[in-house]
Amino acid sequence: MEDRLKEKLEILADAAKYDVSCSSSGSNRVNKGKGLGNTGAGICHTYTEDGRCVSLLKILLTNHCIFDCAYCVSRKSNDIKRAAFTVREVVDLTVAFYRRNYIEGLFLSSGIFKDADYTMERLILVAKTLRQQHAFNGYIHLKTIPGASPELIHAAGLYADRLSVNLEIPTESGLKLLAPEKNRKDMITPIAYLKEQLEKTEDEKRRFKYAPHFAPAGQSTQMIIGATGESDKQIISVADHFYTRFKMKRVYYSGYVPISNDRRLPGMETTVPVVRENRLYQTDWLMRFYGFQAEEIVNDQYPFLDLDIDPKLGWALRNMHVFPVDINSADYSLILRVPGVGVASAKKIVAARTFGSLDLHALKKIGVAINRAKYFIICRGYRHSFCEKQPERLKHILLGKSQSKFRKDLTYQPTLF
Amino acid sequence: MNRSQVVLYVDGTWESVLTAAFDVFAHKFFPLDLRLLSNGQSDLFAATHHVVSDAKKADRVRKGLTVRDRNVYNDLWWVYLSELPGSLLLILRAIMYYFDSVQPVNTNYQDPRILQISNIVRSVSREKHRMKAFVRFRRLEDGVYFALIAPDFNVLPLIYRHFADRYADQQWLIYDQKRNYGIYYDLKDVSEVYFSAAEPFKPHAVEQHDATEEQTYDSLWKVYFSAVNIEERKNMKLHIRHVPRRYWRFLNEKTPRT
Repeated sequence: MEDRLKEKLEILADAAKYDVSCSSSGSNRVNKGKGLGNTGAGICHTYTEDGRCVSLLKILLTNHCIFDCAYCVSRKSNDIKRAAFTVREVVDLTVAFYRRNYIEGLFLSSGIFKDADYTMERLILVAKTLRQQHAFNGYIHLKTIPGASPELIHAAGLYADRLSVNLEIPTESGLKLLAPEKNRKDMITPIAYLKEQLEKTEDEKRRFKYAPHFAPAGQSTQMIIGATGESDKQIISVADHFYTRFKMKRVYYSGYVPISNDRRLPGMETTVPVVRENRLYQTDWLMRFYGFQAEEIVNDQYPFLDLDIDPKLGWALRNMHVFPVDINSADYSLILRVPGVGVASAKKIVAARTFGSLDLHALKKIGVAINRAKYFIICRGYRHSFCEKQPERLKHILLGKSQSKFRKDLTYQPTLF
Repeated sequence: MNRSQVVLYVDGTWESVLTAAFDVFAHKFFPLDLRLLSNGQSDLFAATHHVVSDAKKADRVRKGLTVRDRNVYNDLWWVYLSELPGSLLLILRAIMYYFDSVQPVNTNYQDPRILQISNIVRSVSREKHRMKAFVRFRRLEDGVYFALIAPDFNVLPLIYRHFADRYADQQWLIYDQKRNYGIYYDLKDVSEVYFSAAEPFKPHAVEQHDATEEQTYDSLWKVYFSAVNIEERKNMKLHIRHVPRRYWRFLNEKTPRT
């Protein structure tokens, strides 16, 4: 019995691990009346040996699936061990792990067995049982099954903190190639429905004192990177579209891990594109926290991100006319665009300069990466000769200085989450 | 105005540090150092001042600081909890700087004291967050969920609220092995607990009192931890940066399967 449970957990956690979403933040559930758990800023309770955060018990309800999507390990034609949890098993496991402070909550996805609605109903049942029978206020992330009816998606929103539909493949043509049984429309419909419901709830919250919770942590999605030869520009513009039009909380990028000999996909010998994935996350961050527009970073002229340097430095080198920026007088938004200056240091600069103008030493103490920033700034007692504004030369110098960090062949992980 | 240079001695409580600040202003001292009485007095040449903890004086300093900015006071309290060498004197000098300035100066990151405080606060905050993450409870046969920690800084006072809010319906005890005290929640309140000197705490004794299902969940967690790893992306450098080795002995997923 116990061994069977272990085996199931092994199979169904293994099958869920390609879903990269791990966020447990952004919700606001409080523990009223001595129940179990709450949600808050989000906590990573441990990290896997590949360096990813483990915040939620991330599992599939089952890996039985009627679909045959080429990019997915659980595809019908794949010869793997299959398993299915009972609702009770998932609920008990979640509560037991939560009580031991192993996790922030549950991330539940599933292969599609029978049909979309039937699968969705089972997912909802798990969430409902946790909330109602166990007074569980921890974080619940449910996958929305494409094709499930609106009533069910709505019901899911009443119990979950976050809902997500994965776009999987950034382009429609790519999706058609790898998952002929699926279509983009089936994915967009629930996303659009969720956006509408989320806005409605927000509005109700403003007008009424007690409006029911509806997925307070919003919705997110995920795209697989490097499976269908799409450009970074295509990926980023899809992400941007979903951030602005559908109010997505997060878009995740998942470098394709070779899992199949299918000729439509990159071969088993290909390496996971972790550097590219990292550059995409950096771009994502620039859009969300640094005030960059998508087309400033990737556009028709530059459809791919430079793997050697981060996208912020890339933008700076293409826009040398903006620099040098005077640290002691420039706007916060411009200081934020200086390579080597992050959000925390930009804020400190703006606060500290009211007490007197800043010099290089002060900037260094504040936490600015001077060996990068110095080519782009003016501050008290300092003005760089500026390499005669030659971006290529500057790139060369910067790459030479920070070789270990920017070498292309070095695979390293995004550290942003 | 000449301030007389003195070495101040305190009993080490937060109240005594705040009282020291009060005395500095009352007697117009220039503090050369702030030391713990328990370490013994050894100043042959410098003038010394023995601070007597006083709740009223401490409270006036606290009010003076919170009036300026709530964060100012909290930041100093966190620096105190860091227990870093020199942190007591830093607190005292920062308080003097705050009270001597007309404008609020707590965001003057050009000042070495403010910068140092901001850096220490960041370290303490990181440790506080880590302890919210790395506490691993085991359920004992009497129903109490028990966890051992040994944080770099004294963060129990900063995390008890979090655990009391979250685990409101279970009894739990988190014990700081380094500082020899714990916090215990009895379904109503959180209180500090100590082991008596006669019966010191023995970590291995706890295992004998595990609840029967404990081993099952422990090994299920270990199964889960290895199943979610993607071998093709293995990156131990990053792993260790996020989960430094000194915490491993308290994390069951990092201890071998039995």
